[in-house]
Amino acid sequence: MKTLYDKLWEEHHVTRLDSGESLLYIDRHYLHEVTSPQAFEGLTKKNLKPWRLDANIATPDHNVPTTRGSNFRSEQIEDEISKIQVVELDKNCNKFGIKQFDIQSTHQGIVHVIGPELGYTLPGMTIVCGDSHTSTHGALGCLAMGIGTSEVEHVLATQCLKVSKLKNMNVKFEGEVGEHVSSKDIVLYLIRQIGTAGGTGYAIEFSGSYISSISVEGRMTICNMAIEAGAKVGLIAPDEKTIDYVKSNSFLDQDVFNKAEEYWKTLKSDDDAKFDKEIIIDVSKIKPQVTWGTSPEMVMNYDEPIPTVFDTNDDNKKNVELARDYMGINNESKLSDLTFDKVFIGSCTNSRIEDLRQAAEIVKGKTVASNISEAIVVPGSGLVKEQAENEGLDKIFTDAGFVWRDPGCSMCLGMNPDQLKPYERCASTSNRNFEGRQGYLGRTHLMSPIMAAFTAINGTIGDPS
Amino acid sequence: MKSNSEGLIIDGIVAFIDRDNIDTDQIIPTEYLKSIRKFGFEDYLFDGWRYKDDGRLGTTKEERDIDESFILNKEPFNESKILLVRDNFGCGSSREHAVWALRDFGIKAVIASSFGDIFYNNSFKNGVLPIKLSKSEIEFLFNQTQKKVLELTINIQNKEINYGDKNISFHVEKHLVDRIIYGLDDVDITLKEKNKIFDFEKIRIKERPWIFK
Repeated sequence: MKTLYDKLWEEHHVTRLDSGESLLYIDRHYLHEVTSPQAFEGLTKKNLKPWRLDANIATPDHNVPTTRGSNFRSEQIEDEISKIQVVELDKNCNKFGIKQFDIQSTHQGIVHVIGPELGYTLPGMTIVCGDSHTSTHGALGCLAMGIGTSEVEHVLATQCLKVSKLKNMNVKFEGEVGEHVSSKDIVLYLIRQIGTAGGTGYAIEFSGSYISSISVEGRMTICNMAIEAGAKVGLIAPDEKTIDYVKSNSFLDQDVFNKAEEYWKTLKSDDDAKFDKEIIIDVSKIKPQVTWGTSPEMVMNYDEPIPTVFDTNDDNKKNVELARDYMGINNESKLSDLTFDKVFIGSCTNSRIEDLRQAAEIVKGKTVASNISEAIVVPGSGLVKEQAENEGLDKIFTDAGFVWRDPGCSMCLGMNPDQLKPYERCASTSNRNFEGRQGYLGRTHLMSPIMAAFTAINGTIGDPS
Repeated sequence: MKSNSEGLIIDGIVAFIDRDNIDTDQIIPTEYLKSIRKFGFEDYLFDGWRYKDDGRLGTTKEERDIDESFILNKEPFNESKILLVRDNFGCGSSREHAVWALRDFGIKAVIASSFGDIFYNNSFKNGVLPIKLSKSEIEFLFNQTQKKVLELTINIQNKEINYGDKNISFHVEKHLVDRIIYGLDDVDITLKEKNKIFDFEKIRIKERPWIFK
């Protein structure tokens, strides 16, 4: 009768408050430099300490420059205000005794990349972070969600989150995908179907034969973008692949791991579980997806005509007009008519080893097109970078004219030096094509690593086969 | 916000932005998230639409190239306490800075047909009331803004918007409204349950030891 979300909810339910809300016990809390300083300040003002130190793991990612090289210290960040924020995280972690993979650590990286790969994200955990893409960790069968800074303070102080239960949605992806179609295309396709508010108020469980067939990395891409469909929680029941993944990154003793594994195998929705909403999607006909507008729901097949106000219903006309205007789409009828300036392969959505392998496959032996002024590849973590270099992927990229960078959020958002200039058009593997997201007046087209790599070589959108 | 015998009242001029899916990156761009403070975001609210130039944290309104056509730059809307928008307001990033920027500008209530989950939650913790109305009620209010400068009175306790002799009621959970009325602090409330959390944790350490390694 119960869904996976129901089970995780009950497992962590401490008590129901007079208000009707519940206190949910939080197993793991990730912190980064942007949404934590005010929370630490609040803690200090109340004269409190973190409830349970070992629940917390911190790393700087949003502000860090990706051209820093090794032995770079926080104090060397050129942007004075970014520097203050990163140094503040160093200070707070030292002051409170929180484990941090700091800017010099070989394990530093995007918080949602390092958590799973360092074995801190385990199936069945409740996980929060002051970042909406915390839903990523749901791919390992966690109840994971993004929270605001007030809640960061609350979790530090009480090890609990005060929440009301979400509704249950099941999205079943069935079938096999075609060539050059990846999990990014599948999740973008879903967002087109249900819209960016389609999952509001829900925890979405992703299931079906397609989900079983893909890697844990691919599943992370899907759960990562649940929030782009409006759902702050996305999750996938753990299976053998999940357990193998966890085992390969685990620092647990064998006997503890074995006990855990027994429990993890019970983490799935019952066959007769009741979902408030169910969606079934046949993935076999999905083509590579690319966004054309300023919301992730403004997405289509890479070769489809770009919507105009004439083929849009009245409700949406204004949105389409504003988006076309911002994106600098005038007489162009297809994405292949647009000229691209930059390519970004990275972000918590698509900076894992599998993403880089897929992109490298396309790039191998080719050269970045002359109209692309900069194509950058930003591995999600120090470990991903090292692994990619061991496989020679960095060489494939740099030989083709890409720039190989140090880990961080990079061009996903305009907080560090990697930004678009006004009106530049970017093929990006990130998660948000909002106005100004990648830099003031910048134009973002979201797509998979395969499509971004192909766009770098081809100079514009096209058929990667 | 002032209090009177009828409970808490927000009354003021309504600024309106006729758009769906206004994400938190629009409410406040990432540049301003570099601040380590909780206040001082008023000049950066809707930065990309409010100015014709690219801003930096620390620059003030006076130093910027103001877009006079944007509603919050026009009198009397620069004094608005209420913001009227369409669907899915505050979607995207979890940044609480979005609510801080609205609050610092003087916005006490946002009226929309739906909100992003995280934004909705963050609002109540900072004294900003998000009000969900039906799409037809939103349409009605937008129509009124085209006729004259719209002023509304929002009665928080009665969960009612008064406009002339018309009343529009809205639903919001009591515990969320209480947070705004009484300015409750969640940490203080939760720590009253301290012993229950300790007991829960003790059992968990025993049953799920791998969590605590």
